[in-house]
Amino acid sequence: MALLEIDQLQVHFRTPDGINRAVDGVSFHVEAGETLAIVGESGCGKSVTAMSMLRLIPEPPGKIAGAIRLNGKNLLELSDREMRQIRGNDISMIFQEPMTSLNPVLTVGRQIGETLRLHQGMSKAQAEAKAVEMLTLVGIPEPGRRVREYPHQLSGGMRQRVMIAIALACNPKLLIADEPTTALDVTIQAQILELMRDLKHRVGAAIVLITHDLGVVAEVAERVVVMYAGKKVEEAAIGPLFRNPRHPYTQGLLGSMPKLGSSLHGDETRLAEIPGLVPSLKQKIPGCVFASRCPHATDLCRSVAPALELKAPNHVAACHYAPREGAMAA
Amino acid sequence: MSTPVLQVNDLKKHFPLRGGLLGGTTGYVYAVDGVSFDIAKGETLSLVGESGCGKSTVGKAVLRLFDITAGQVILDGERIDDMPSGTLRPMRRRMQVVFQDPFSSLNPRMRVRDILAEPIRNFGLAKDGAELEAKVAALMDKVRLPRDAVNRWPHEFSGGQRQRIGIARALAAEPDIIICDEAVSALDVSVKAQIVNLLQDLQKELGLAMLFISHDLAIVEHMTHRVAVMYLGKIVEVAPKRSLFAAPKHPYTEALLSAVPVPEPGAARERIILKGDVPSPINPPKGCRFHTRCPYAFDRCRTEEPPLRAVADALGEGHVAACHLHDLSPAENPLSGSKGAALLAAQ
Repeated sequence: MALLEIDQLQVHFRTPDGINRAVDGVSFHVEAGETLAIVGESGCGKSVTAMSMLRLIPEPPGKIAGAIRLNGKNLLELSDREMRQIRGNDISMIFQEPMTSLNPVLTVGRQIGETLRLHQGMSKAQAEAKAVEMLTLVGIPEPGRRVREYPHQLSGGMRQRVMIAIALACNPKLLIADEPTTALDVTIQAQILELMRDLKHRVGAAIVLITHDLGVVAEVAERVVVMYAGKKVEEAAIGPLFRNPRHPYTQGLLGSMPKLGSSLHGDETRLAEIPGLVPSLKQKIPGCVFASRCPHATDLCRSVAPALELKAPNHVAACHYAPREGAMAA
Repeated sequence: MSTPVLQVNDLKKHFPLRGGLLGGTTGYVYAVDGVSFDIAKGETLSLVGESGCGKSTVGKAVLRLFDITAGQVILDGERIDDMPSGTLRPMRRRMQVVFQDPFSSLNPRMRVRDILAEPIRNFGLAKDGAELEAKVAALMDKVRLPRDAVNRWPHEFSGGQRQRIGIARALAAEPDIIICDEAVSALDVSVKAQIVNLLQDLQKELGLAMLFISHDLAIVEHMTHRVAVMYLGKIVEVAPKRSLFAAPKHPYTEALLSAVPVPEPGAARERIILKGDVPSPINPPKGCRFHTRCPYAFDRCRTEEPPLRAVADALGEGHVAACHLHDLSPAENPLSGSKGAALLAAQ
């Protein structure tokens, strides 16, 4: 059994001008210890998916349907009290903004110790000792001094390390990282990605990485779910996804990214554009959600929504025309 | 090469820090500390570096959004850094800016027509109402927005479309140089490609000079002719694009390039992970400013600041870097060989 199973997840928000279908029937699973990336552009529903795994979506105006099963237990059926036992203990989260997601009036040590005292019943002294240990684990120099400091005394990269220390303090089975390096500079991003790779081997937690950056995906993930307009459009292991993307949206995303080193191969072609805009999620789209921007769209695409189909072993895509294994077209 | 459109000589901008009982100056932020470069007509120079390196401050100083501490800014042969505001006004027309955030850089209470007409009127570029209308329509065509969208308000547009309006507004004044300060950084991947292509087309069509300020090296490589790398208020390396990306001659550039995540799983790359954070520009390190994080630093780097000077480059002329390593024999210099080229060829 998979560690986490998301089954037909729907997250709808009631707004004054209609229902916003932020996530519309998304299913995937996460195995123990693996890293799954969810990629897509703003508004595709990737962050809402992550928030709903921890039931952090306010209801109303939100409405969650479907099932989110952690070790077979549906989190959507738990009471608030039971859910609190899961948050920070079995599932924890790293947010994008290390500047705003730490409490500015508490020391770093208090914030790391909070989950330990709450979930593991540690004493204040034990929690502080463990906090120092966690800071060492995430590579903060002089952890004994830093543990008594406040977030404003730390740099952006160090704050993100503290966030990771908080998230890992209770040995979670699943870590959700929502754009963990987006706010950081590239050399600091490289440090944090290195840390995440290293910790994954040591801690063994499964990671769900939410990002818009395909470069980051290629560096840390094992499997990828591509989302567009509230739907999953493709899922595959990273190798096949990058080498042989089946969905026109994934192909477009990869084509629109300039590659480092392109000038050396005399490869100065124009970037491939995906024309048009992401459709509004407030109207129900009759056919394929990508049809309005897809270069290959036909009348079939505009009227009938394609089902997710197995196009190759462990490779699914929702496209009427994406070739199956053996029948590859360039 | 003809006279450059823009020339910047030894530009310095120090921001005073106020504090203490009487609110006196207690120190300075050395945001930009001696930067020189030039840009020719039709050329794109990119200014890259991480947050706080001073790249945006350079952009603002060039636009004279504030007075500089020392140095010269020369636009088409005329010094503008000490020009009185009356004579400066017509010069301002010739340099325009596209900002990062398309949501806060357009006035929400102006229709698109008025946003685009304002610079045309201000600089007297249209004789009458009909010509003004025609110019606004031509601008909409240039940035590939429908003409009838001029009656709409900024909030009715998406981020990418707003950025097109921002570009049209910059072009409205018929400038010689455009300064793009992280102009595509806030956009989604697929929209980013649209705007990058648009900027490149416009540059070719209009022969604009462009100062492209960005932290995104892959976009820079795609867009630019030359690159200047900044670290803590100084330029550490300038080179034509190919030379810089193939064989960086400064350890910071080398590390920066190796840190960019590449969308290619399992790409064999030699990664250099820099230790620690960028030091504070209030109290920059003595000697070479990069020595606290440099993997190759030796004693001389800690005491003596290396000047920017020409370095040997097999790929061509015009490669300058500020690093003592280039005084060592080629055998001892880790940046002399074709390590960078090998690194990128491996991809």
